[in-house]
Amino acid sequence: MNRLDFEIIRNVIAAPKDTSMILDVPMILDVGCENGELLKFLNKKKKIDGRGLEISQKNVNICVKHGLSVVQGDADKDLIAYPSKSFDFVILSQTLQATHSPEKVLSQLVRISKYAIVSFPNFGSWLVRLKLLINGIMPQSKSLPHTWYTTPNIHLCTIKDFKKLCEKNSIKIEKSFYLNKYGKQINNPIGKIFNNFFSTSGLFVLKK
Amino acid sequence: MKNSIKTIILGKKIPLFLDSGKQLKNFKIAYQTYGKLNKNKNNVILICHALSGDQFTAGINPFTKKPGWWSKAIGPNLPIDTNRFFVICSNILGGCSGSTGPKELNPATKKFFNMSFPVITIRDMVKAQKMLIDELGIKQLLSVIGGSAGGFQALQWAATYPENVISAIPIATSFRHSAQNIAFHEVGRQAIMSDPDWCNGNYIDKKKTPKKGLSVARMLAHITYLSEEAFQRKFGRNLQNKLSVAYGFKTDFQVESYLKHQGQTFVNRFDANSYLYITRAMDYFDLPNQKKGGLKNIYKNTPVKFCVISFTSDWVYPTKYSKEIVDSLNAVGANVSFVEIQTDKGHDAFLLDEKEFNETVRGFLNSTANIMGVN
Repeated sequence: MNRLDFEIIRNVIAAPKDTSMILDVPMILDVGCENGELLKFLNKKKKIDGRGLEISQKNVNICVKHGLSVVQGDADKDLIAYPSKSFDFVILSQTLQATHSPEKVLSQLVRISKYAIVSFPNFGSWLVRLKLLINGIMPQSKSLPHTWYTTPNIHLCTIKDFKKLCEKNSIKIEKSFYLNKYGKQINNPIGKIFNNFFSTSGLFVLKK
Repeated sequence: MKNSIKTIILGKKIPLFLDSGKQLKNFKIAYQTYGKLNKNKNNVILICHALSGDQFTAGINPFTKKPGWWSKAIGPNLPIDTNRFFVICSNILGGCSGSTGPKELNPATKKFFNMSFPVITIRDMVKAQKMLIDELGIKQLLSVIGGSAGGFQALQWAATYPENVISAIPIATSFRHSAQNIAFHEVGRQAIMSDPDWCNGNYIDKKKTPKKGLSVARMLAHITYLSEEAFQRKFGRNLQNKLSVAYGFKTDFQVESYLKHQGQTFVNRFDANSYLYITRAMDYFDLPNQKKGGLKNIYKNTPVKFCVISFTSDWVYPTKYSKEIVDSLNAVGANVSFVEIQTDKGHDAFLLDEKEFNETVRGFLNSTANIMGVN
């Protein structure tokens, strides 16, 4: 099954704010590309020069088998090797919360690419808040399926937290997308204003 | 599968200009091919062998009657599928399996080269391979694949002839020899040269063989090709055909017996002077030093697609060296994939039947061939 944010990512890449800056065949790095699903999905409608960084050997093998150029590595350690602005887009989909140092990773993302597309589960969503309030235990949901002791998500944050971190690092948020639990964009004005309360996850296009 | 032994004379008109400044004319390169060259001549894969390898990579080696050193990876329906690809493997220059090397006759003097053979480099070997490919009428290699010193050659091919190489798979390798690599090789060379039967390199004329020296060199090297875990798993402290230690210096432990066997079988198939020359060529390998700005400048704008593979327990060329290659390639926007295979089998893992490794090679080759329209 596709990750919920695939289509939004594709739309962002198809219609960047400043097209003059983007190559005809955009260079895209998918950080934490898993089995290459997103890269393949993106390549279907528009030709891209896609690369991947993936931690699991098995997943890298699957990617290589499908002709994708994927390097086995770790977002926390290996982004530093890429030269500045070497990609048109770098994608970090639902992975930021699992990195050791989100601040450093975020800074690397906006350094190595013209635009960074980052999505993550929103811990400020009313569903999460309600679960914690009523049950008093660490909330589990579709986008946060793990128990507190098995979760790889060691740096969970809310949309508000994320925006603050961007501001601290002078990272500009070019576009914001707020998604409900079905992965659909929240378009009603109240939902948009109180996005930190209503959205299950957020997707942001960043620039520095 | 039986193979006829193929040898070609190269450098008839234009000699091979060696890195040392010397030249080689009318030299021999022995090679084998597997599979069929297709009409478009776009299904060619060059296999580069390592220090102690030879051109008999697949099928049965006609001399030893044993399976070729990479017969598990190359053949019909195997990862390097000879139903689809035309595979060439040549004995490296300086080798002892039919190509010109120290044990061959110098055509100019009609005497054995011995130590008068010029010192060669990895780049010289690759230049000789390019002359072979040209002679065979092949313009482009779909892939150049090699492990260890074969990986040096794959990297060198991509550096020297980027227009002739679609992809390269350097395996269990590095971009230069480290101090430790040189150190191990030097002990091996000293073992050979301190054997009285080496006769200053003229043992063929004296009808002798420096068996002890070459055997010790191989025993030492073989330790480095495995890992601590692999030795422990294979032998532990098991005794060889006895129930208790003999309080002496004959073979007590299985691991001793194994190493001695490795040394002895090697002596029967390998030339001591070749061992000196090839280890020297490996020690001289320093790819970043070939161009100002190092690896990044060497592969700047490279059209070659890379698939770099390393093994977790390889301590001859540990993963960090492969990673440095990958980082340099990423830094210049090159098309690179990289996999580190989990194994306890050490450096030699690339010769063994590692499933994940085989699948990576198969997948990368097939996808590259599909992109290039190889049928």
